[in-house]
Amino acid sequence: MINRFVIPMVAFVLLAVVLAVGIKHSPEKGVIASPLIGKPAPQFSLPSLSDPTHTVSSAALRGQWYLLNVWGSWCGTCRDEHQMLLDVRRSGRVRLIGLDWRDDDSQARGYLQQLGDPYEFVAADRDGRTAIDWGVYAAPESFLVNPAGIVVYKCMGELTPDIWEKEILSRLPKAQAAGS
Amino acid sequence: MRRATVICVAAAGLALANAAVVRAIDTTQMPTPELQARYEGLTHELRCVQCQDEALADSPAGVAADLRREVRDMLLAGKSDDDVRNFMLARYGDFVLFRPRFVLKNVWLWAAPEVLLVVGALVAWRVVRKRARLVSADTEPLPDDGSN
Amino acid sequence: MLPELGHFALILALLLAGLQAFFGIAGPMFGRERWSAAVTPAVAGQFVMVATAVGCLMASFVGNDFSVKYVAENSNTALPVFYRVAALWGAHEGSLLLWIMLLALWTVAVAALGSRLPRLFLARVLGVLGLISFGFLLFTLATSNPFLRLDPAAGDGADLNPILQDPGLAGHPPVLYTGYVGFAVAFAFACGAMLEGRMDQNWARWTRPWVTAAWSFLTCGIAMGSFWAYYELGWGGFWFWDPVECASFMPWLVGTALIHSLAVTDKRGLFKSWTLLLSVLAFSLSLLGTFLVRSGVLVSVHSFAADPSRGVFILSFLIVMIGGALSLYARRAPLLKSPAGFELGARESFLLFNNVLLVMAAGTVLAGTLAPLISGALGLGTVSVGPPFFNPTFMLAMLPLLALLSIGIHASWKRGRLGTQRRTLLYTFVAAAVLGCGLVYGIYSHGSLLTPVGATLGLWIILSSLVDPVDRLRRGLSLPRAVIGMTVAHLGLAIAVIALTTVQSFTNERDIALAPGASATVGGYQFRFDGVAPIEGPNYDGVGGTLVVTRDGAPVAVLKPQKRRYSVQHQVTTETAIHYSRGNNILVALGEDLGAGHWSVRIQIRPLVSFIWIAAVIMALGGALAISDRRYRLARTPSAVPAAAAPEHA
Repeated sequence: MINRFVIPMVAFVLLAVVLAVGIKHSPEKGVIASPLIGKPAPQFSLPSLSDPTHTVSSAALRGQWYLLNVWGSWCGTCRDEHQMLLDVRRSGRVRLIGLDWRDDDSQARGYLQQLGDPYEFVAADRDGRTAIDWGVYAAPESFLVNPAGIVVYKCMGELTPDIWEKEILSRLPKAQAAGS
Repeated sequence: MRRATVICVAAAGLALANAAVVRAIDTTQMPTPELQARYEGLTHELRCVQCQDEALADSPAGVAADLRREVRDMLLAGKSDDDVRNFMLARYGDFVLFRPRFVLKNVWLWAAPEVLLVVGALVAWRVVRKRARLVSADTEPLPDDGSN
Repeated sequence: MLPELGHFALILALLLAGLQAFFGIAGPMFGRERWSAAVTPAVAGQFVMVATAVGCLMASFVGNDFSVKYVAENSNTALPVFYRVAALWGAHEGSLLLWIMLLALWTVAVAALGSRLPRLFLARVLGVLGLISFGFLLFTLATSNPFLRLDPAAGDGADLNPILQDPGLAGHPPVLYTGYVGFAVAFAFACGAMLEGRMDQNWARWTRPWVTAAWSFLTCGIAMGSFWAYYELGWGGFWFWDPVECASFMPWLVGTALIHSLAVTDKRGLFKSWTLLLSVLAFSLSLLGTFLVRSGVLVSVHSFAADPSRGVFILSFLIVMIGGALSLYARRAPLLKSPAGFELGARESFLLFNNVLLVMAAGTVLAGTLAPLISGALGLGTVSVGPPFFNPTFMLAMLPLLALLSIGIHASWKRGRLGTQRRTLLYTFVAAAVLGCGLVYGIYSHGSLLTPVGATLGLWIILSSLVDPVDRLRRGLSLPRAVIGMTVAHLGLAIAVIALTTVQSFTNERDIALAPGASATVGGYQFRFDGVAPIEGPNYDGVGGTLVVTRDGAPVAVLKPQKRRYSVQHQVTTETAIHYSRGNNILVALGEDLGAGHWSVRIQIRPLVSFIWIAAVIMALGGALAISDRRYRLARTPSAVPAAAAPEHA
């Protein structure tokens, strides 16, 4: 029969394994895995930042790959990522849509004027409801959506060249035609 | 995730308390005491997704205020507590609940206390039985040192 | 100069700890007399070096030496001197040094007070303690050196985190760590016995005071943390089942079990291997707590700056120390058998139930705390655990425990004789139930089912605990300090139970927006908000509010909560204002400026909440009393008194 005095040692070994795995994953601790992956992207219909009388909606995005980037003029890390976004726009590999989260319209416009506007259009989510639908909890975040309208990848935090290559380019079809 | 911490904390990477020093005071008033109780229950049961060690009710983060507003609006619209929880689950996943769901993957967690109790009870029963059998043969006098 | 001296002292301490470990373990193992004798000088040397290092760091803080990186990160010229000292343990590196210092202190205490222990056993104990010191010193020097320099020196420091600039929190880590670290002594005693391959018949008697002492400190430390959370961090909340709170609570639960298990081993020579295991387990949980707080694997308010490389180091240390102890246990524990017997209704049984329930509680807390990690490791996705899990499951273990306490306290050793106690049991229970339900429904007209249950259990413990001491006094029998201590500790527990029940059932709380001059009524008190005014302090400015509290027109208090902005870190803290009146804690906190002079305010009335922490102090006091019993200063002599004359209750 089992020597019962060995049980504590065995239990400890299991615990050590769990802790070791925990350390390995710890940089991702607190990063909430998005439950949207593999699910249809939430629909939205919001005023456009450039022309608030005009409405932009997700219906216009059907049938093509797009990258939804959540940002705000108040967000410091968004500034760090801005150059990358301009590069994404220039590459023309995917439509880049902005979601201006809980921001002041004039400040947001000023931000884009100052740093450059990489977005095809920007939806102004003033009260944050749309961001909640997308499960946003901090800025910046970016969502890659396929032509069928399914979210295939969420980038939490700054979009770096590394992530762009490994996670986004790898999922896009080769040399997609630019724009609509 | 690090940004979330920076937003919550004035000086990241320092010292003991690594989360928001200031808690939010949520002055939302619901029209009936019953709704108020449900609102407070839910906002305390949901985790703030940004200041992740706080309940939704206590968090000063902007997104927390938005989510509290969602909870309020849903309750006012007549939704049930489960509707609210499912709303949050669909958008943020299990992480947002302080009470683990009663689903298959959490069985081990909810069963752990009961399993420990049963195992402990069995062990105790075996020990007591064994020692009770030894009592009559045990003629060693108890040490007299006034101990309790 | 001083920081280099401190750094050098730490390196020497490391070497001395290594020698201490080597001599202490290898000396007896290989029969080298001179090695075994060299342990005590090594202990003294290590202590002196560690004290020197701490002194150097403290001098750097007090002297505002911002060329030391750690000082620059945690202090500031405007920081009051008191907090400059406390800042020493305000962050990871310094708190490790505190750990090491306290371990050195405990080790010196064991060496000094252990003169009556067999020499070789003492050498082994000190050797194991040296091994632990060595590990922590190595960790500190390798990954967390507090003496690193900044070049060029910073002009001024980044200031101590404002939340730590508080007298309560200044005291909390030293007291808590004293308890945490103190369980290392029990661990060492257990390893000493296992290394020897036998358990001396006095082993339990030697170990008991050390365990009780550590436990008392830990009780106070946890209470201090809870009290601080109440008035500073949690705004009226005092326990969140936060991972770090759990990390300190688990050793406490196991430590409590250990105290009770040692009683059986001491008295009857039973549960020897189980007591050894608990000794290892208590300290293992302390180490696990250290790991959880510093490795960044869990989301927590308290965690130090997360660093996975530190996590790896601590985990390796855990594997060596705990793995080593447990494999020793697997080999040596089976040798410890005892022919003693006891009946179902005997004291031993109840202490066994006590242990089962406490370990069950500790296991539950462990499961909940590690749940995110376990779920992730098993590939089950995310899970998040909070009070809605911990509260009911903890009570599942505690309610039976509290009831069994009141019964078991009347049980005699070996033969129980509960039958003769039937009337006492009945009277005490009925009196408690009547009193409990009467008070609950008399003072308050409502309450959940748990309210009278909690009140009854608490009162039953009080009545039951007093039966034997009162009886002894009446009959003119001696009342040993150990019995007094036990009674006091149990009374403390009962008070905590009653206080917790009251607080959970009858807290009255409102978060409300108030305009200047507006009033709110909470819990029978009226609160008039008289607006805010600017305030200023040594390193902060902010606003202070005024709330005038009255009850039925009669003035009660004027409360002045504050919101402070600390100038260096630009961090805002809220200082609550608390008033104690008629057993109630009235707490007020300022929220946000809502414009036009309106402010959001939290008003909370908590009855009896202070008694939770008073109860903890009483429990610790009970422990201190028990340790002072003269039996711990005498060697046990074989019992020469015939069994019939021995008091059966003792």
